[in-house]
Parts: sequence; C-alpha cells; structure tokens
Amino acid sequence: MKELIVISGKGGTGKTSLTACLATLAEQCVIADCDVDAANLHLLLSPRVHHRTPFVSGEMAVIDETRCNQCGHCQQLCRFEGISPTPPYTILPSGCEGCRVCAHFCPQQAISMVPRQCGEWYRSVSSAGPMIHARINVGAENSGKLVSLFRQQARQLAEEQQSPWLLVDGPPGLGCPVIASVTGADAVLIVTEPTLAGQHDMVRIIDLLEHFSMTGYICINRWDINPEMTRTIRQIAEQRGVSCVGLIPFDRQVVSAQLKARPVIDQPDSIAAMAIKDLWDNVHAILSTP
Amino acid sequence: MKLAIASGKGGTGKTTLTVALAQAAQAPVQLLDCDVEEPNSHLFFTKGDSKRDVVTVAVPHIDPQRCTHCGLCGDFCAYNALACLPTETILFEGLCHSCGGCMRLCPHQAISERQQRIGYIDQWRHGQIDLFSGVLDVGQAMSPPLIRAVKRHQQADKLILLDCPPGTSCPLTTTIHDADVVILVTEPTPFGLHDLQIAVETVRQLNRPVAVIINRSDLGDQSIHDYCRSKKIPILLQIPFEKRIAVAYSRGDGLLDALPGLQPQLALVLNQARKLYRENLT
Amino acid sequence: MKIAFSTNGTNREDLVDSRFGRAERFVIIDSISDELQVVDNIQNRQSSQGAGIQSATTLINQGVGAVVTGQCGPKAFTLLERSGIRVYPCPAITIAEAFRQVQQNKLSATTSATVEGHWGEV
Repeated sequence: MKELIVISGKGGTGKTSLTACLATLAEQCVIADCDVDAANLHLLLSPRVHHRTPFVSGEMAVIDETRCNQCGHCQQLCRFEGISPTPPYTILPSGCEGCRVCAHFCPQQAISMVPRQCGEWYRSVSSAGPMIHARINVGAENSGKLVSLFRQQARQLAEEQQSPWLLVDGPPGLGCPVIASVTGADAVLIVTEPTLAGQHDMVRIIDLLEHFSMTGYICINRWDINPEMTRTIRQIAEQRGVSCVGLIPFDRQVVSAQLKARPVIDQPDSIAAMAIKDLWDNVHAILSTP
Repeated sequence: MKLAIASGKGGTGKTTLTVALAQAAQAPVQLLDCDVEEPNSHLFFTKGDSKRDVVTVAVPHIDPQRCTHCGLCGDFCAYNALACLPTETILFEGLCHSCGGCMRLCPHQAISERQQRIGYIDQWRHGQIDLFSGVLDVGQAMSPPLIRAVKRHQQADKLILLDCPPGTSCPLTTTIHDADVVILVTEPTPFGLHDLQIAVETVRQLNRPVAVIINRSDLGDQSIHDYCRSKKIPILLQIPFEKRIAVAYSRGDGLLDALPGLQPQLALVLNQARKLYRENLT
Repeated sequence: MKIAFSTNGTNREDLVDSRFGRAERFVIIDSISDELQVVDNIQNRQSSQGAGIQSATTLINQGVGAVVTGQCGPKAFTLLERSGIRVYPCPAITIAEAFRQVQQNKLSATTSATVEGHWGEV
C-alpha cells in the first residue's frame, strides 16, 4: 500500500478538489480527510456514514462556582488568556490549553480538569472508496493526535480492503497537524499556485520536508495565470530536488463541477481534468517503481 | 477599532483584501499579520528597512544540583514535555507550552525558566501603514504565543487590521477573541459556504460582530447570499472574478494596483465596520 | 536482564506490536528468572502528545535493559539510549520468538531512531 499526502501550506490552491480527483482516478483507494478545520472533501465525494465515533483530546479547566471566592489567583497564573480578565472569573474555552496550572494552584480547590470533547469522526463509503473524515466542534482544533488517529484508521482500513492506495487530504499550514500528516508517508504532493504567496509557502514546506528527510513532489494549479511565475516556482523546486509532476490550467469547469458536488475529473472534456489525469499517471508511475 | 479579516477557507483573498483595506484607509493603520505559519502580507509591499525582533517563550531549565528526581514535574506536565528518569530530568522543548507549572510546583526550587526562540516579528513602515509580520520558525508546532506577541504591538489610537490565520481553531480564536469586528472573506462555492458557516459559528461563540465580503462573486451561485440573509449577516462588498486581479496578485501586486477604482468602496467597508462596532457597544 | 516487548497481548504467544509509545502494553521478561510481567501502557498511549516519552520513562523506571519493538521514534530513543537501554527493532513475530532471537544475538540493536516522531500515534 502506498500512502500519498496532499498538502499546500497556503489555502485555496485547489488541494481538496485535486485530492477528490486523484481519489476518483486511483482504483481501490482509501481516503482520509485530515484537513478537519476546513473539511470539504465530503462535499465532492458524498460519503455515506457507516460508523461514527466521538473523540476527546486533552483537557479543559472548569470552575466550581460554589467553591470559588473570586480571589483571582488563577487569572494571575494563567499564561493563555484562558480565564476572564475581570471578576467573576470564568474559564474561556477559546484560550484554555489544559495546562492544569489553575486547577493545581487554586487555594480553594475550586477548579478541576475535564476531558475536552472535540467532535466526531466517521468511517464512510464515498463515491471514490472507503473514507475516514470528521466533524469537529466549533472552536475545537485539529491536532497532530487527530491527524495520526485518522491516518492510523485509514491505514487499517486500507490493509483490510487490501487497497493499493491511501490518499490523504492534508491539513493547511506547517504546524503540528502537518508534521503528523507527512511523517512516514510514501510521498507528499505539494499543490501550489503561480503567485508570490504560493511560492513563499511552497519553499517553507520544502524546508519542512527536508527537515524530516521526506520525498516531495509539486504540482502547480492555475499555472497559466502567470506562466513566468510557474517557471520560477518550478525552478526553485527542482533546485531543491523536488520535481514537478503536473501543471493544471485555470478552468471554470472546476467551480461548475463543485456546484454539482462532483470532482472536475467527471467532466472529461475539461482541460483541468485532462491535466489531472496526466498528473495522476506521473504520480502512479513514480510510486509504482520499486 | 480592531478589525480582524478572516476566512474559514484558505485562498479566498483574505490577505489581498486586508492589505487593500490598509491602503484604502488613508489614515494611520497598523497591519498585523497573525497568519504566522504562512505570513504573506509583506509580499505586497516593497522591501524596505525592517526591524526584526526575536520572539521567545519561557521553557523550564532544570538545575541538576537541586533536582532530586522526585518526578513531580513529569507527572504534572499535561504535555509530557518532561521525562523524569532515575538520574536526570530531561526537557523536550518542542512539547512544552510554557505554562510555568513545573517551575511553581517543584518542591526543591530546581526549576527556573529560560527563553527559547520560536520565531520573530518583522516591522516595516510604508507611508501611513505600520506592518508587523509574525513568522514562526519552521518545525515549531505552536503558534499562539507568537500571535500574542504580534498583538502586543497594537496601539489603541490607530486603526488595527488583523490578517488572521486560516481555519477556526486555536490560532484563529487567539487572534480574534478581542477584535471589535470580524470580516469573513468567502467565495460563492459549496466549499466557501461550508467553511463560512463554521467560521460564523466560531465568531458568534466569541460574541464578536461579524460581516462578510464575497470574493470572485460571479464564480458560483447564490447560496452565500441566502445564508447571510437567514443569519442576518451584512455583506459589505462583492468583488467579481477578473483575470487582471488574479494576474496582479500572482506578481505580488495588490488589489488596488489592479483596480484603483475600488478605493472608495473599501473605505466604505471600513466605515460600515465602524458602524457595526459602535452598534455592538450600545 | 529484563527485556520489554511492546504488544497488544499479554503473554509469550502474542505478537510484538510495531508501535512503541502507542502500544497497549509491555510484556517484560526477566532473562535470568524467566519471570513474565505485564505493564499496562493505556494511560501513556492516550496522551495527546509525548506518548513515546512516557512509555520510555515507564520502562526505564521498571529497570529494563533492552526494548524490543517495531519502530522507535527519536524522543523515546534518546531517553532509552541515555539510560543505557538497547533498542531492538523487530517484525511482528511472537514475543517468545523475539525473546529467543535476542538471546541468540539474532536481532541487532539500532543506533538511532527507526522512524520520525508521531509515527505510531493512536
């Protein structure tokens, strides 16, 4: 089984739309949506949920109002803007990082720690194959733990089904979730665009992959918006040993396909679909070579 | 006024708009780039003299002379950053959240704090715009301390524009929890709508007034309008897709470079945001 | 010498688990007395981060001299190495077989972490 992670650093480069196309092209693949903050893959692959499991991650402080005497000690100790700045002191869930300091040092022992409910994750069957995805609660965050959980579940599923491919829609940015999504994968596909921001973020991802000695490939979406910039980005990547496996042109059919809740690969006459087909053939060839 | 510009979905033009709003303000503005994992605001400005401040967080330093290997700090640490072995206590810096608990807890006063670098903040001045750009070091996992450091530069007498990190989790809530108004930039596609709904829920949970700007407004359908109407969210601006905007952006040119005529509309957006802010105060 | 095996089982016929920090249990066999001890790792594996560190600390405090597991990440490896504990990467064979191979020097100890961090989470 080969595990391919699709990431982009910068948002809006078309990562999810591309992942949905690759998942549709790959025969017998298992899909994991690790971009849980902006989980959109299900909008294109219409998964039917078979199992749902709640998940908790970390802890959060709660104040027992009957014991609290408003001394404000917790507020002084908290380094995370996790407690309201003025009395009556309350826990601000958006700030609390679950460090336990307030609970441990409260002179009234009025604070305790409770597990933090983060959402639900699903095992589903989608139009492109078995899929692991999630819905997280408002304000809850993606984490390395969650991403690792999904990858682990998806790998298990891929082994059970003897799927040759595991495709992961990776999280945005460069932080812990991304690190947890790329480590140990067979290859990382970076989706970028011919813009300064796209170039800037791609370089940061290549730095990250180098840091972890991982193999990366890039593809450039909407490359024809600025062919000169496309050339520059390609050169920068290739100088770093990261080869370009595809150039996808700007195509309004990507949006019209999305409005029909389908990946653009379903519209075989679209120029984006043709380019993505070539891209998949390249990735397939590279990863199938032992 | 502290105006945060965010978007649930990435790539909707949040940074482009933030920069354009700063340019359209024609008044002293602070532009704070809080998207510290991928800060891109500065790409729209010519490079000038910048001032760089390193940002550090406190991590424990263990005095081996005083440590008795009692293990209390390791048991306490919610992040498993301390390993208490029979003959030494080892810190894994990457896991430490700098809560200070171990230092307070140690019965032998064996733990003090030292500063550990997590990134830096660059500052530039471009006319009336003061730009602060937080940059997280590659390989660092935790952005909120750096975001808080960027926000410490806020000056209440100026218009403050916060270019927010993507998503709706910790980095975003750290950025917007004390903002006066939050503008969400979206696009009229199923992805845009889905992510907008989650972002609106997040902002409303923090009790912040919210408004919407629709970018590439002609590349999609009416669902964003329907949603905003049902939730009583004002739509402050709609920008149609134009190839010259996309091309200008790809070169690092701003929205106002491509469409200078947009300035009055952007100034109006700022006024509408101020109105929302005042309404929320009363 | 006490040798620890990461596993989701409880006895010698169970398989060595490829995960270290996120393994369910450790079976520890004393090579001198041949006594078998089972150490639960549930609390460590449920940590949101640093599971490998916690598991390594547990085993160090148990006084083991060697660890047999599938893959060992950099943080756990650092701790085990500093405590003079050898780490033997091993495929999913029975604990009994792995124990025999360690004794007959058929498994070789690794001198570095075998995978990057976060490898076996959850």
